Amino acid sequence: MSISRRQLLGLTAAAAAGAAIAPGLRLIELVQARSPEEAASRLHRWGLLIDVNRCADGCTACVDACFVENGVTGHGRPATDAQWIRKLTVNDQYTGFSQSFPMMCQHCAEPPCVDVCPTGASFKRADGIVLVDKHTCIGCRYCMMACPYKARSFIHEDVTGQKPHAPRGKGTVESCTLCVHKVDRGDGITACAEACQRAGHEAILFGDLNDPGSEIAKRLRSAPSRQIRADLGLNTGVRYQGI
Amino acid sequence: MTQVHYREIEGASPGYWALLGLFGLFVLAGLGAAYYMEHNGHWVTGMSNQVVWGMPHVFAVFLIIAASGVLNVASIASVFGRALYQPLARLSGLLAFTLLIGGLAILVLDLGRPDRLIVAMTYYNFKSIFAWNIYLYVGFFAVVALYLWTLFERRMNRYSKPAGMAAFLWRLILTTGTGSIFGFLVAREAYDTALLAPMFIIMSFSFGLAIYILVLMAACRWSERPLGDVVLQRLKNLQGVFIAAVLYFLLVYHLTYLYMTEKHGVERFLLLDGGVYTALFWIVQVALGGLVPLALLYHPQTGRSRPVIALAAALVILGGLAQVYVTIIGGQAYPLNMFPDKIVTSSFFDGAVTSYAPSLPEVTLGLGGVALALAMTAFALKVLPFLPESLADSDVNPATA
Amino acid sequence: MMRFVVAVLTVVLTAAGLADAGEKRARRVAVPVVKIEKGEACVAPTEEMRRDHMKMLLHQRDQTVQRGVRESRFSLKGCVDCHASRDTGSVLGKDGFCSSCHTYAAVSMDCFSCHSSSPEKEAMPKAAAPGRGQQDTLKAGAR
Repeated sequence: MSISRRQLLGLTAAAAAGAAIAPGLRLIELVQARSPEEAASRLHRWGLLIDVNRCADGCTACVDACFVENGVTGHGRPATDAQWIRKLTVNDQYTGFSQSFPMMCQHCAEPPCVDVCPTGASFKRADGIVLVDKHTCIGCRYCMMACPYKARSFIHEDVTGQKPHAPRGKGTVESCTLCVHKVDRGDGITACAEACQRAGHEAILFGDLNDPGSEIAKRLRSAPSRQIRADLGLNTGVRYQGI
Repeated sequence: MTQVHYREIEGASPGYWALLGLFGLFVLAGLGAAYYMEHNGHWVTGMSNQVVWGMPHVFAVFLIIAASGVLNVASIASVFGRALYQPLARLSGLLAFTLLIGGLAILVLDLGRPDRLIVAMTYYNFKSIFAWNIYLYVGFFAVVALYLWTLFERRMNRYSKPAGMAAFLWRLILTTGTGSIFGFLVAREAYDTALLAPMFIIMSFSFGLAIYILVLMAACRWSERPLGDVVLQRLKNLQGVFIAAVLYFLLVYHLTYLYMTEKHGVERFLLLDGGVYTALFWIVQVALGGLVPLALLYHPQTGRSRPVIALAAALVILGGLAQVYVTIIGGQAYPLNMFPDKIVTSSFFDGAVTSYAPSLPEVTLGLGGVALALAMTAFALKVLPFLPESLADSDVNPATA
Repeated sequence: MMRFVVAVLTVVLTAAGLADAGEKRARRVAVPVVKIEKGEACVAPTEEMRRDHMKMLLHQRDQTVQRGVRESRFSLKGCVDCHASRDTGSVLGKDGFCSSCHTYAAVSMDCFSCHSSSPEKEAMPKAAAPGRGQQDTLKAGAR
């Protein structure tokens, strides 16, 4: 069978165009903010990449921003006040080398907190965000016992003045929600990452771990990174570079 | 074979009413404490984001462990067919029931949202051992009630063996579940071991029997029913075996951990420089709760003395509470090992040993649960014939298999 | 004697019933005050809302929390944004939209121990505007 030159050119052009557009099509499908009526999808896996080398000692921009965004107010009682994110200072006891970086819920793919919750209030959403369904939480704190990262906080007192997008109340357990309200709205970034950008450090990167074209996936592919407590086999959604 | 007669206690003396009144006061105080904690939020307690389970859980877990273990006496009678233990079975079943109610009451009242108990009973995550435990606890009530019925109802007596076997197996599973609550946690250095489940079972044997001995001695003495040496000596010897078994498990646990360099941090903390936890471990748990009662019970002279047996049982209970305290609270006070060999500090108490002090509401709630269990026991003894009329040497059947 | 008792009872009960039927009688419990200050209509007819709003909320909350479906029509935030009193800025309080009926009917509601009873302070559009969001995400994705 023979095809004419015209046909060949046409076919080649179509194939080339298809090859050029196709990855873009996939990208756009992944990157598009989903409409509010759509459920969260397994196509995405939201995560964070924290570049410890860029994290500044003594800076708490991420912590402050998280607390403001989510209405996490303190009562001057550090032992019982909730902390969704905190800065850790890690000092090597043999060499003296010191680093600091933020620690929050690691949004594990195999979360121990989800395993142990008796009512299923602690759950992992389809897109990888680990949340507490406070309608079902009975406040037993077993998830807090189980979390290897001490990410969860129990609300020890009455709460008033909550942010409408971040309900929180006495007697339930809470932790970093990966700014799920911002994610669902299509902001494409968390409050902590935003604040870190504004502060000029750009140490926290939010993105879709399932999207090979996303910045976070590219950075994870090209430089070493690690999970904290990787030996537990939890496949965390928060990865660290530079520890 | 001598026929055993059971009779309700009279329960009309001023002493009885005073006892019930005392228990009632503690129960009321416990309820008040629960309301105070729930109304104000848990910041009024000593519990925090670091030590999330405190004194109420120590009491509750102790009572739950003991509830399962106290059924041992009945199991030895019905499952293993020891005739001597037959008259003791009913009280054993009763205590299993009431101790578990006391423990669960504390647990439920300490929840952050106790009003959501219905949620806990209707929404289940079956991967959670906690969810399984809810079924196991509720089922335990049913199984023990059924077993007691086979003991009480003459026509059902022949089913007491299968019912007893069911109750025996059920509580083994239940206590394995209770131990697994901690054993399944990978996060904490002191947990994360398969040994905790069987250790809890052995603890249940020891603590349950100690409570049984004390309640039996008190009930017989105050209702003026004879309690012979045959029965008491047998129970005492059994208690000694169980104490030794608990010490064995403790030895294996710590020897293994001491062998592993990675566990040296937590071992050092528990055994050497953990402050109150180290003191409780060595002085109360091992010495007062283990070695001293062992010596007292097996010494030919002290082992025959009633006050000493009672003292030994009380010490076992004290040591048991200390053991649960060190396990639950000590296990939480030691920081998580996120960065091995690194010194970690943060605003969230990472890397630091947490200081925890039991607060009054917590202890009151715990004691309220204990009082509830004892009050229900005392009341039940008056209402139904749980206690044999006589456990004198001439009235029991010491036949050994 | 019996007939006398029956007669007395009849008189007493009828009088009580008649007395209660009068709207003007002073009541110890405040009748609910329902002030609709915003919008032309609710997301569903009034009778349906009165009867089924709890079912809607219960169903929607599971959809939102567990599946991430944030349909603005039935969101609690949407209810609060619309029904919050102009004076107090809340759906609770003395004549609050939610609390006045709930207090009258003596039905406790658990929502506002966690949820904010006031509308959003920022001038964000209530329904997540896909257009605006998309732009941000595309920008972020292109980085």
